[in-house]
Amino acid sequence: MPLTREELLAIEAKAHEHRRTIIETTLCAGSGHLGGALSMIDVATLLYSRFMRIDPEKPDWEDRDRFIMSKGHAGIGFVAILADIGYIAKKDLEIFNLTGSKLGIHLDANKVPGVDASTGSLGHGLSIALGTALAAKQLGKSYRTFCLLGDGECQEGAVWEAAMAIGHFNPPRLVTLVDRNHAQIDGMTEDVMPIEPFEDKWRAFGFHAVTVDGHDFEAMSEAIEAALDRTDKPTCIILDTCKGKGVGFCAGDYHWHYGGITREMGDEALRDLDQYYESRVAAIERRGAE
Amino acid sequence: MGISFTSINQTRLSTGEVYCETLCELAEENPRIVALTADLGKSSKIGDFMKRFPDRFYQFGIAEQNMYGAAAGMAKAGLIPFTSSFAIFTSCRALDQVHTDICYQKANVKMISSHAGTSFGQAGTTHHSTEDIAIMRSLANLVVIVPADGMETANVVRAAVGYEGPVYIRINRGFDQLVYKDLDYGYEIGKAVQLAEGTDVTIIACGSAVFQSIQAASELSADGISARVLDMHTIKPIDKEAILKACHDTRRIITVEDHTIIGGLGGAVAEVLAESGMSCAFRRLGLQDCFSPIGYHEDLMAIHGIDTNGIVKAVHDLLQLDFEDDDDWADEV
Repeated sequence: MPLTREELLAIEAKAHEHRRTIIETTLCAGSGHLGGALSMIDVATLLYSRFMRIDPEKPDWEDRDRFIMSKGHAGIGFVAILADIGYIAKKDLEIFNLTGSKLGIHLDANKVPGVDASTGSLGHGLSIALGTALAAKQLGKSYRTFCLLGDGECQEGAVWEAAMAIGHFNPPRLVTLVDRNHAQIDGMTEDVMPIEPFEDKWRAFGFHAVTVDGHDFEAMSEAIEAALDRTDKPTCIILDTCKGKGVGFCAGDYHWHYGGITREMGDEALRDLDQYYESRVAAIERRGAE
Repeated sequence: MGISFTSINQTRLSTGEVYCETLCELAEENPRIVALTADLGKSSKIGDFMKRFPDRFYQFGIAEQNMYGAAAGMAKAGLIPFTSSFAIFTSCRALDQVHTDICYQKANVKMISSHAGTSFGQAGTTHHSTEDIAIMRSLANLVVIVPADGMETANVVRAAVGYEGPVYIRINRGFDQLVYKDLDYGYEIGKAVQLAEGTDVTIIACGSAVFQSIQAASELSADGISARVLDMHTIKPIDKEAILKACHDTRRIITVEDHTIIGGLGGAVAEVLAESGMSCAFRRLGLQDCFSPIGYHEDLMAIHGIDTNGIVKAVHDLLQLDFEDDDDWADEV
């Protein structure tokens, strides 16, 4: 089902709210993984707005859909969603990454409700997602498993061990997503260690691979629905994104994989985000008028 | 529980086969048990499980990192995965996944890790696993068990299913010498088994060193030396009470393991002793901070001084080196 205009506007608003939360949380923490959180927040918002079957009252519900965020360093983005659902208190975000907080940079599944896997060491999540999806089949459950990887993460060999096995087992209702923001800590991926031709790599491992604009909710929604419907082979959706999306001084700059910001920079970022959101809404309205 | 092994089974089946048969019997009753391997189904003897429960057997190919990660995912979703690989691959190749995906997340995965120590001695040092106890013992949330023989392996596998949380079970390649005649000796995780009573020295051993220690105690007895033997199958959580009792009663302790002396059984016992405020004459037998040469298991055990002769000699040395003349413990601290 395509997104209605109302749904689209609601998701845009939610993503905007989460983007602002990322900046506010970073201000409280002093620093954070801004770039990768801002690139993945759109797909994460879409998943939790439209796809994830969860129970806000019961984070451990055994039939819930799973979200394995393999790029664990984007925790500062994920907590915005968890706080919105109510798994954690909004107030908890004020002590994100501080001593005594249950919210570390890389979230602990045993401490934070709604987190399905403790990730952070890269290249682990896809294997965990594979096991989760195989268990659904073994236990006769119909939950879906979504796994979000980073693109730099795909330089890890273990990702391809998992990819080979997923191509082989083709476990039910497992959707692999890669936040292809083109940047990693030390530079642009193609300068540090090239991963292209990226789609071809996934195809070679038995996947149906597609690339969509990772900031286009309609395109992403369509691709995820198609992936869930498809049973002949697993799907990898490569999300073409921009690291630091929406914030002028971050956008597209690999230096903002992780960084600290001052209150002034935070205010500037929030102004940028408001402007970014207004332009998104205006584009939707223009389209509606045409 | 239908498992009723006796020494007859144990002489017929290798330790790996006993593991597989035990797991099959448990799997009959518990549909949550699944078996995973990384192209070592044949070597780890888990093939019979594959035949009997084909839809509960997962072949991951030569990709241990993925297998342990997937096992964590399965466990978090409610299954009880038993992984079968070589100890060297569990503890070294896939350590990051074992550390983060299994131990940190308290995933209910049972890691059966075979060909441990120098039991696959001929395969070469790349296949010896002589650091795994030290490595695995350092991981929080993990129970580390080294069964003495096939019978104990059956008991451990059974106990592991009843325990909620990750367990590392270190077994050997091939047949182990018989230590136990049947299953009914009251096996309990974390509780050492006293196999011989003694007053002059306590030999604390695990795995293949347990049988050697019993033999050694028997030889020492002929020399008039009374040696206690403890099968310290659980390295973590270790049986502090048994260690301190041995320290108090015999005041000489030797640890024996098919493993480096650094950080393994010997290290674990030393930690308990050091923190107790008590002291006793103490020696660790095992690989003396070296890699092992290549050879048959029994030859390598002799080379590393963890066979019967090596243990007997170490006890004699220790008796010579004892730190005081009188046997009065009360004047010590």
